[in-house]
Amino acid sequence: MELMKKYPKLFQWLFLLIVFFALCFAIDVPETYKFIRGQAEFIKDPNQSSYVLFGKEVRYYAFDVFWRLPPLLGWLPIWINDSLFFLMNEWMPMEFWNEDTQEFKTRPLVLQITRNVTSFMTFLIDLIREILLGGLNTIVAFSSWDWIDANPWAELPGLPWTIVAAGATILAYKLSGKGLASFAAIVMIYISIFGQWKPSMQTLSFILVAAPLSFIFGLSLGIAAFKSKRVEKALYPILLVMQTMPQYAVLVPAIVLFGVGDHAAVIITMVVAVPPMILLTLLGLRGISPEVIEAGKMSGCTNWQLMTKVLIPTARRDILIGVNQVIMVCFSMAVISAFIGAKGLGFNLLLALNQLNIGLALEAGLCISLIAILLDKMSLAWANKQIDYFGNLTFFQRHKNTFFFITAIILGILFAYFGSFYFKEGYNYLFEVPHNKGISTADFWNKGVDWIFDTFFVYIKAFNTWLIVDVLQPMRALYLRMPAVATLVLVVGAGYIIGGIRSALVVCGLTLFIALSPWWDRALVTTYMATFGVIISCIIGFTVGTLCFQNKSSASFMLGVCDIFQTFPSFVYLIPVMMLFGITDTSVLIAVIVYATIPATRYTIEGLRSVPTALHDAATMSGVTKFQRLFKIEFPLAFPHMMLGLNQTIVFALFMVIIGAFIGTEDLGQYILKALSDKKGAGIGLTLGICVAFIGLIFDNLIRTWVGQRKKHLGID
Amino acid sequence: MSDPIIKCEGVYKIFGENAKKMLDESNGNVDAKTFQENGCIVGVNNASFEVSKGEMLVVMGLSGSGKSTLLRCISRLTDATGGKIFIEGQDLLQLNNKELIDLRRNKMGMVFQSFALLPHKTVVENIAFPLQVKGIKTEDSISKAMDMVKLVGLDGRENYFPRELSGGQQQRVGIARSLAVEPDIWFLDEPFSALDPLIRKEMQDEFLRLQEKLQKTIMFITHDFDEALKLADRIAIMKDGIIEQLDTPANIVLNPATEYVRKFTEEVPREKVLLIEDVMDGSTTDNLSDLKVSKDEIIEDVAEKILTQEKTVAVIDNNNEIIGSINPSKIINTVFGGRKK
Repeated sequence: MELMKKYPKLFQWLFLLIVFFALCFAIDVPETYKFIRGQAEFIKDPNQSSYVLFGKEVRYYAFDVFWRLPPLLGWLPIWINDSLFFLMNEWMPMEFWNEDTQEFKTRPLVLQITRNVTSFMTFLIDLIREILLGGLNTIVAFSSWDWIDANPWAELPGLPWTIVAAGATILAYKLSGKGLASFAAIVMIYISIFGQWKPSMQTLSFILVAAPLSFIFGLSLGIAAFKSKRVEKALYPILLVMQTMPQYAVLVPAIVLFGVGDHAAVIITMVVAVPPMILLTLLGLRGISPEVIEAGKMSGCTNWQLMTKVLIPTARRDILIGVNQVIMVCFSMAVISAFIGAKGLGFNLLLALNQLNIGLALEAGLCISLIAILLDKMSLAWANKQIDYFGNLTFFQRHKNTFFFITAIILGILFAYFGSFYFKEGYNYLFEVPHNKGISTADFWNKGVDWIFDTFFVYIKAFNTWLIVDVLQPMRALYLRMPAVATLVLVVGAGYIIGGIRSALVVCGLTLFIALSPWWDRALVTTYMATFGVIISCIIGFTVGTLCFQNKSSASFMLGVCDIFQTFPSFVYLIPVMMLFGITDTSVLIAVIVYATIPATRYTIEGLRSVPTALHDAATMSGVTKFQRLFKIEFPLAFPHMMLGLNQTIVFALFMVIIGAFIGTEDLGQYILKALSDKKGAGIGLTLGICVAFIGLIFDNLIRTWVGQRKKHLGID
Repeated sequence: MSDPIIKCEGVYKIFGENAKKMLDESNGNVDAKTFQENGCIVGVNNASFEVSKGEMLVVMGLSGSGKSTLLRCISRLTDATGGKIFIEGQDLLQLNNKELIDLRRNKMGMVFQSFALLPHKTVVENIAFPLQVKGIKTEDSISKAMDMVKLVGLDGRENYFPRELSGGQQQRVGIARSLAVEPDIWFLDEPFSALDPLIRKEMQDEFLRLQEKLQKTIMFITHDFDEALKLADRIAIMKDGIIEQLDTPANIVLNPATEYVRKFTEEVPREKVLLIEDVMDGSTTDNLSDLKVSKDEIIEDVAEKILTQEKTVAVIDNNNEIIGSINPSKIINTVFGGRKK
């Protein structure tokens, strides 16, 4: 009794676990239950039960409700799908003028809107793409194909690669200095001589459209949310779900609305990239001291002047970090949206992975990673750059970068022109190095992979078998063995102990949604893979982070490494693991571990760093040893921040598990991938995405509530 | 005396959802406690006063006393819940947005405790900012701002960014910015509170020098009683949103209206605040010493001279006429006597 009063929480947890395990043992596995592998929709199994809701028939295998809940939400995907189709094909038909056929045509409103958005996006992408690579479409957009036929000279010529490379270098120099400039030069030259110019520029044009649009939308919505509580409240749940929504899942409904191609990819990228931009804008604007706002008002600013001249410039740093985030998301999406037909490096990467040509995949992956790092560094440099005051500079000094760029353009054109005489065999290397004429190291890498396979086959296979048979399969079986009721009790109980009735209700709602969807089993598999990844990542991340923290320079070095790794588009992580482990669950899990270790390490170091120096000094003066200080002072104080790291680790792990569906898993991700190629997949894809998002949100809610209380208790921030 | 520049009539500021309704129901009888029980917090409670042209009113109070809220009501950074505020006869609360912006662009300047400089602009750009939002051409506004830079003694640092300046220098920029549009009314919200004591004294002297030259109508907020005594023409002492006493420094020291005010004045060295006029005898005797002192002298400055005299000293006014006398013993009484309570 004494003990119980002293540690009430501990006993609550114990009680919860006892109930959980009692339920697990009390409820037997039904004899008919088996983990259902993929199953076609049209097969009618006489063993299935069914119900009809809103005119939709839902078929499912019925079990004891304590074991698995019936999929009462099974109608939801079908209903979403039907609503989408209704919107697109039947709702509000209107007369629209058709330019091409010169007549009025009846079309549903939504279809017309999406078609207009589509053609606008296509125009923007084509414009930038053709400035970089040359082409006809932009001119066609302003005239017509007939006119082009009559004027064969009318074509955008595209820029020689030398000019683009020089431009990037000069821009990098202006933003940050010699270091970044030489990196930019190396990246651009590498892309060119390895024959990746065309796909790289396609990807770049995609990003140059998607990133600014996401920025504008995110900024405006962020400002709107800052100005009006109502907008903020309306946006909040969407922002929350989008944070943990796997990017795959957004692809599917977008296909229905916008079709396939680069334009659809841009729209999806905006959907994914706008939420973090909104959050960071809001954060920046909230951080402005009220006195600065008052000073602006007292200076006689109108509302518009206050926004453009005071608020946005003062919140500049956070907003520009938002830009940086947007760029990162764009690169990630540049690869993923290759699934719906976006051109560029992502498409090549996907193709190479599909053919198991690891060498080619590696080259494309390296290229996209290098461009991502370059743009990341450039945008960060922009964020940290202060505007120089041009008080007493000469005209030349002020515009020297412009002069350099003009010189580069002239030189580039001259080079390309002379090149056209020098290279007679049809390829002007000073204009563009064609894909198959560049240097390729693909063969080398492929041979390397073969060599590794030949040499270490036995060991890799042994490790692989051990992991799958002795660790993963039992773990998976354990997860699937949980009766739905037991899981629900465990999750809701944890919610109650951590955050009281409110948290318990939120978590209960989220879990019920998944349990009542038709994919509870798949969700368990997703969770098991994520859990495994998170546990290993945390062990590695916390250890590495703690070790690196012991020394200032190694800590900074590690944070730098984390930065660079985080810049890689998530898909790229699949390449090396497929190289080593082929197409197995092991590959996915190792990719998950590598990817999720980044936030675990970063937050550990940051958390330990955030311990106030005064406390550090006080501890040292009390005569603690290094270990005592670590365990008695630094860990307890850094723990809340490290838990936020755990939160991020879970989100990263979930993302990677879902992406791992590409390799072949049996979880929710696999179904999302399937929905991609399904004509009626939109509803399924969206619902699956929400399921994954909810798994993330359950943990997010528990961890954040706990961290909030802990921080209050410790009196930090 | 001309019309008051700032005039407040029964100004209330109450925070909370039902503030307006509760104020209407209370019939001007606002009790902080009953309001608080209903979820409202009283910021300013029935403030009425006038500030005339060229006068410096210092509002003194501890943190949470409502002094900053009062200032924000008068600059209409927040809207007062009840009462009337007139700026040069204009009803402030009736102004629409455009008129309010106009008023701020031409008549008002404000200095903030945390300086509130724009981090992305240089010193001269910060100072030119109010001119630029007014729509004045860049060159003109910069040249005007340069005059202000000189006025506050920051020449040579005009192209620095705020983060490159010390606190005192940053506040000089804040002062220059608030003066750039040549306002008639100058609001200062604890301008020197964030500064080190030595710098604070330097800035106070600088501020007095500027005021001597510019003769603005000033509302100055501070929590430092010594600062209030040093700068003020009149002082308003606030507690829990209520103005406890509003009077000249000398009267506040000599006749504290409430117990709360008396506590502040207890520790104040009287010889630094009181003038000869405040302690002299209205009558004269024949047996005067040769020394004559002006009635406007602060006691501290002439005490030594008076104390070396054996006879009573004559007090003269601006026209050199004798209007009273002061005995050395009176000085001793004033300096040492008042504190024995």
